[in-house]
Amino acid sequence: MYRFEYHRAKDIGDAVARRQAAEDGLYLAGGMTMVPTLRQRLASPSDLIDLAGIAALKGLEEADGSLRIGAMETHADVAASALVRDRIPALSGLAGGIGDPQVRNRGTLGGSVANADPAADYPAAVLGLGATIHTDRRTIAADDFFCGLFETALEDDELITAISFPVPKRAAYRKFKNPVSRYAIVGVFVADFGDYVRLAVTGAAASIFRLPEMEAALAGEFTAAAIKQITVEAAEMNRDLHAGTGYRAHLVGVMARRAVEAANG
Amino acid sequence: MAVQISLQINGRTVEAEVQPNLLLVDFLRQEQRLTGTHVGCDTAQCGACTIHLDGRAVKSCAILTVQADGARITTIEGLASGAELHPMQRAFHRHHGLQCGFCTPGMVMAGVSIAENHGTPDPAVIRAELEGNLCRCTGYHNIVKAIAAGAREMAGRS
Repeated sequence: MYRFEYHRAKDIGDAVARRQAAEDGLYLAGGMTMVPTLRQRLASPSDLIDLAGIAALKGLEEADGSLRIGAMETHADVAASALVRDRIPALSGLAGGIGDPQVRNRGTLGGSVANADPAADYPAAVLGLGATIHTDRRTIAADDFFCGLFETALEDDELITAISFPVPKRAAYRKFKNPVSRYAIVGVFVADFGDYVRLAVTGAAASIFRLPEMEAALAGEFTAAAIKQITVEAAEMNRDLHAGTGYRAHLVGVMARRAVEAANG
Repeated sequence: MAVQISLQINGRTVEAEVQPNLLLVDFLRQEQRLTGTHVGCDTAQCGACTIHLDGRAVKSCAILTVQADGARITTIEGLASGAELHPMQRAFHRHHGLQCGFCTPGMVMAGVSIAENHGTPDPAVIRAELEGNLCRCTGYHNIVKAIAAGAREMAGRS
């Protein structure tokens, strides 16, 4: 691991100020991606600004038909929250299926979403539910947030403070996971809001994406049969040692139908 | 620049000055000489380095020592009371929940955490909760038996 300076931020303002003062700083949330990345020397920040001590980045509450979850809430705490389980069980289940128990005890919502790994689980819920990302300076709609492979709309020094997830009528997340890393080879989050449906796919392409054709079909009839004939272009899918493009394209359909069936279950 | 930290390790207050890029597992093994916590994969997948940080099972190879400032840590060395083994350690011994033993410290720490969170879970829950711990010898059967037995004994005690 390269050397860096370490700062423990007192509050949001302090974190942003330290980030701005650093030559090439990075925020440190739970560290479940950051620390392995540093170990592999894939990143060499001059400074790490630890967010763990900032009380304002914690918290979990319901307001205006949404669940607002603090950026530093761990996957384990979101999965264990009775409020989340009651209002958006699909989100609770997604958080409880990230990585493994030890990772869920450290990894955070904000860290996952800011990192925008193309195979991460949380972005599927953010885009699938049409969540709002709150930062230290503005709010960003999920549709404007994910811009590409590990790319987001966040400015360099911008800090996610919380995310608001609208409560749907019904929703579900299904993933075909890599058995070692538990990342999604393909994952689909579907949410029915009554007059419209949202469906987001993770793991399949360079960045998370929606499938408007499936959303329209499901808005007409929310059944697995309604999307049986809808396919995605294999050419646009990821290819790696775990799955080829054709297999991933096929999995998108399978996972979408399983998610719809689970939401109806 | 080195950072001053203060933390509890197995009930003992430890003050230290550490470099920001020192991993917690290296601090425990090399500076505290607590070599029961193992490094297996070095990529945060095998769980041999599992310890408890503020009562939660975590992988100490994916945490910086500075992140543990102010924390309460329990390692495998902190489970037994003197010569008397912790019920989970005894259960691993009785049910032979190991072969080479390398993954065992992480398995035992994960097992204690499973019992604390789930009481006396059935084998399916134990297997799901062991997703973060790899054993390349046993096929897990005796590990699962040991954790079930250890959890029952822990429940009987409390």
